[in-house]
This record gives sequence, C-alpha cells and structure tokens, in this order.
Amino acid sequence: MIGRRWWVPWLWLAPGLALLVVFLIYPVIDTFRRSFLDGKSEDFVGLDNYEFIINNPNPLVADTHSALLNNFMWLTVFTVITVVLGLVIAVLTARVRYEAVAKSAIFIPMAISFVAAAVIWRFMYEINADIGTVNAVVTSAGLERTAWLQDTGAPQTWLTDVGPDDLPQPFQINNFSLIMVGVWMWTGFAMIVLSAGLKGISTEVLEAARVDGANEWQIFSRVILPILSPTIVVVATTLVIQALKKFDLVFVLTGGRFDTDVVATLFFKQFFQNGEFGQGAALAVVLLLFVVPVMVIGIRRFQFQEETR
Amino acid sequence: MARRNPSAGDGTATAATAPQTPWLSRPLKWVSARAPLHLALIALALLWSIPTLALLASSFREPTAIASTGWWNIIKEPFDLTLGNYNEVLGKRGMERAFFNSLIITVPATALSILVASFTAYAFAWMRFPGRNALFLIVVALLVVPVQMTIIPVLQLYVDLTVETKLPLVGGNLFGINSFPGMWVAHTAYGIPFAVFLLRNFFGGLPRDLFESAYLDGASDLGVFFRIVLPLSLPALAALAIFQFLWVWNDLLLALILMGDPSVRPMTVQIQTLVSSFGTNYQVLTAAAFISMILPLAVFFALQRYFVQGILAGSVKG
Repeated sequence: MIGRRWWVPWLWLAPGLALLVVFLIYPVIDTFRRSFLDGKSEDFVGLDNYEFIINNPNPLVADTHSALLNNFMWLTVFTVITVVLGLVIAVLTARVRYEAVAKSAIFIPMAISFVAAAVIWRFMYEINADIGTVNAVVTSAGLERTAWLQDTGAPQTWLTDVGPDDLPQPFQINNFSLIMVGVWMWTGFAMIVLSAGLKGISTEVLEAARVDGANEWQIFSRVILPILSPTIVVVATTLVIQALKKFDLVFVLTGGRFDTDVVATLFFKQFFQNGEFGQGAALAVVLLLFVVPVMVIGIRRFQFQEETR
Repeated sequence: MARRNPSAGDGTATAATAPQTPWLSRPLKWVSARAPLHLALIALALLWSIPTLALLASSFREPTAIASTGWWNIIKEPFDLTLGNYNEVLGKRGMERAFFNSLIITVPATALSILVASFTAYAFAWMRFPGRNALFLIVVALLVVPVQMTIIPVLQLYVDLTVETKLPLVGGNLFGINSFPGMWVAHTAYGIPFAVFLLRNFFGGLPRDLFESAYLDGASDLGVFFRIVLPLSLPALAALAIFQFLWVWNDLLLALILMGDPSVRPMTVQIQTLVSSFGTNYQVLTAAAFISMILPLAVFFALQRYFVQGILAGSVKG
C-alpha cells in the first residue's frame, strides 16, 4: 500500500470514471442547462419551464400535477407493500423445508422483462371475463368486471357503488393495477436481500431470547427487526429510487394514457414526442431533486459503514 | 433463523437438537400449529406464479382457443395443445435473429461492466488518494439518474461517432448507432454505479492481513487484484453478473433508441413492435414473451446459489 506512486489509483479509476462522465455526469449537466431554455433549446427562458410544471396550464397534453401525484402514489404504496411483503415472505420461507422452491416462485417475475410483463398483464387484466384471469376471479366472486388498466374511477366506486364517482387523483383503479404489477415484479428483490440479512443473524442471539422467555412475535419485533434495520434501509432506498424512476411498466402497459402518467413518462413524452425539450428537461430535474433526500440518507449510511469498518 | 418455533408439548429439545427431522414424524398437533404458515406461503407462491403460468399455458394453445376461453381451460382440453405459436414466432417474424442479437449485446456487456467496475471498486476499497470518499459518493449518487435523462446527449454523441463499417461476424456498425460495441460501452457505463457500490462493499470486507502479506512478498497491484481479490469475490461477482445480465437482457429503452435497425434489434424491441402491431393478437405475443424469458430464467436458476451469497456479502455488513 505504501510507496505507490500518486497516479496509480487514478489509472485504476480512469476507465470507470471516464464512462461515468460521458454517459451520466455530462447528460445531467446538459439536462440542467436545457431546463432553462425554450422548447428547441435555443433561447433562455428563465424559470418558465418550472412554472409550467407548477401551474399545469395544459393538462390535456401534459398533466404535470397528475404525474406528480401518481409518482407520489408509486413512492408510498409501491415501496411500503413491497418491503412488507418481502419481509413477511423472507421470515416465513426461513421456517419451511421448501424454501428454495418458494423463493424461486416469488423471484421469477424479477427475471422477466417489462415487455414480457406487459404481455402477461394485459392478458391478466383483459376485460373479457372468459379470457382475463382477474376479471374471471372477480365475476365468479359476484362482483362487476372492469377494464383494470383504463378504469380511472376510485376503488370504492367499483366495490360498493357508493361515494363520489371520482376521488381526486391519484386514487384511480388503474393506478393501483399498475402498482400491483410493480409489486409483483419487485417483491422477489426485497425478499432475497432481506432473507440474506436474516441468515446473517446468529442463532445464539435468537436462542438467548427464547431462553429468556420471549415469544415469536417479541423475537421478531424486538430482536430480528432492529438487527435487520440496515438491510431494510438498503431495500427501501432501492425501491424508492425504483419508484421515482418508474418508467418502463407504465410506458408498456398504458403508455401514460387514462391519467396514469408518472414524471418519467411525462418527461419522455415532452422530450421525445411533443418536442418540448425545455419542459421535458425541467421535469427530469424535478425528478432528480426528489432523489436528494434519498441520497442524504444513503450518504449518512455510507459514512456510518466507513466508521465501523 | 433456521430454528422453528415448536408448539407447546413438542419440547424445545427436539427442535434444537434435531431440526432436520422430517415433519411427518412430528406429532399431529405440531403439524396443525404450522398449517397456517404453510397455507400462507403456498398461497403466496401460487399467486406469484399464476401470471407466468397463464402465459406459459396460453403459448401452447390454439389461437382460436386463446381468443375465446381462459388459459385455465387447458385442464379440460389437454390434447388440443400446439407448438404452432412458437413456429410462427420463430419462423416469420425475425425473432430468431432478435434472440441472437440480445445474446450478442448481453454477454459482452455483462463481462465488460464487471471488469471495469472491479477496477474502480478496487481503487475505492484499497487505495488512498485525495477526494476518495467524495468521489465514491458521487458515483453512488449517480444510481438515481434515470437513463431517459441521458438519452439526448448520448444519442447525439453516438450519431457523431457512428462508424458505418460493418462489424465482422455479428454485423451492425463498428460503433455508434446500430452497433453492438456501442451498446456494450453504453450498458457498461450505466451499470457502473450499482456495480461499484456492491463490489466496493465486498472488496472492502476482505481481511487486511491478506493484502499486507501479499505486498510484503512483493506482489504488484495487478497480481493482488487478479490472484486474491477477484477469486475471493466470486459470490459477489456472480450476483452482479446475474443482475447485470437481467438488466441488459431486459432493457428496452436504450435498445429502442440506439438499435432501431431490424438487423440488430434485440428481443425486447422485437416484442414491443409486436405488441404495438398485434395489440390483442395474443397467440404471437405469448410465445414471443415466453421465448424472451427462457434465458434469463436459466441464468437465474444456474447461479441462484451464488446470488444469495453475493447479496449477503453486500448488504449484511452494513
């Protein structure tokens, strides 16, 4: 370690850093610049593009408020359900002998491309109850079938026929349908990482708790959860980043129609389809700003890890 | 965590000393106490498998059957299965070529990204230089940049750099648009933040003594890297290989923008084209989607043991 020439580390870093500068760092700076320019990236327009996002003047073409709310929905519902399910499954599978089989069944969706997932779920959500699995189940339970990906009504209107026809966005049936597909795909990730964390807890600790007379719930909540919390933070952070960047699923399943746009799909639409470079870039910058709190948590965690190494 | 909770009367000693006893030999009471656990788990596993099973079942059914009845009718009509959908997809719609294109993109891109990220991660883990921590934080922070955001500058760069010499053996341009090397470099770059994050954690966890004795014996950095660090990090490298393979294989966005030409199109773009032109023509889509899943699933099952260990290495330490 000692006596290494000063430039040696940089030689090792060079290929990776060079690629990062070209493919990630420069584009981020360029996007930031474009967010202050007009639709053709020619004239300086100050904060107009950000005002566009806040004031939402053209909701029929680009509904920025709806996209922001939908993203918030993804951020909360998707992350919470996926982490909790992943944790429950990780804890349950650790207690059975067919652990590998059960884990594989849950993990498989993770290996499926978004395009294949779109085929699968268009099929599952098909309106015709003779073909669509979800509607077949729903109708055989005596409920009304619906077009799961198009239905912008609020969930309770489908269930009970009472209440307002439309709750304010983003509480739409089709949003929940999309989020459930996301949960289906990412639960495997949460489960695998959390169950690896579980395996790392020494059996002596658990035995000691049992000897002291703790029941299973107490062991879970007072021993397992605290030890596992760093891993839970890793999983939750990854999922939050996923939720913020969510693009593929929405793009292939609804294309953002029926009020299902999220910030990333709206950015794509403005930038690549509507030729509004400035507005698109501003949306991308907003996406990056959302990520700052996540980064701060990540940095704290990293520093903690460095100190305890 | 492997220890179970024995119900009253079973005796803790049995569970503690003989956790491998087959459940059949256990008292009935113990089985019934665990029944809810098994039911919940099996129900979840089934629920998670149904969409994929539905796709698999449908891909073997006649087009008329797919359009009129649900996939669950496969039980009633087990002899009406057909390979026709697969024939149609593989034969007429360029899917075979797309499969190989996916392979040509994915394998080198995975290998290259692991190699480059290993170099970077090694420097971050075991070398001292000014600004090391700040630089590492920047690399990790780049995890959150959405790929869509980088598309315009990268596309412009690639258009400028396009070399229209045909690449021998695999076809496509030498570099830039519609080029396999272009895709390898791009996927490597986008994979670096996660790869460096995972590998630095793992490399950093290797025992310090190992390095010190090797350096005392006069080993060079390269020698230590290839003879000690990489072999010892095999689980982490395997985990990374699976992730990277899945992500590159399943990528749609980059391929859509950089690989538009039908001769270099990967599976994802091909299926996306089918989806838009045959919106409700399920028989073609089901077979195509399933073909695209086969290789990632095979890779997952082949490497899943390493995969779990590798993840363990990256996350538990924290």
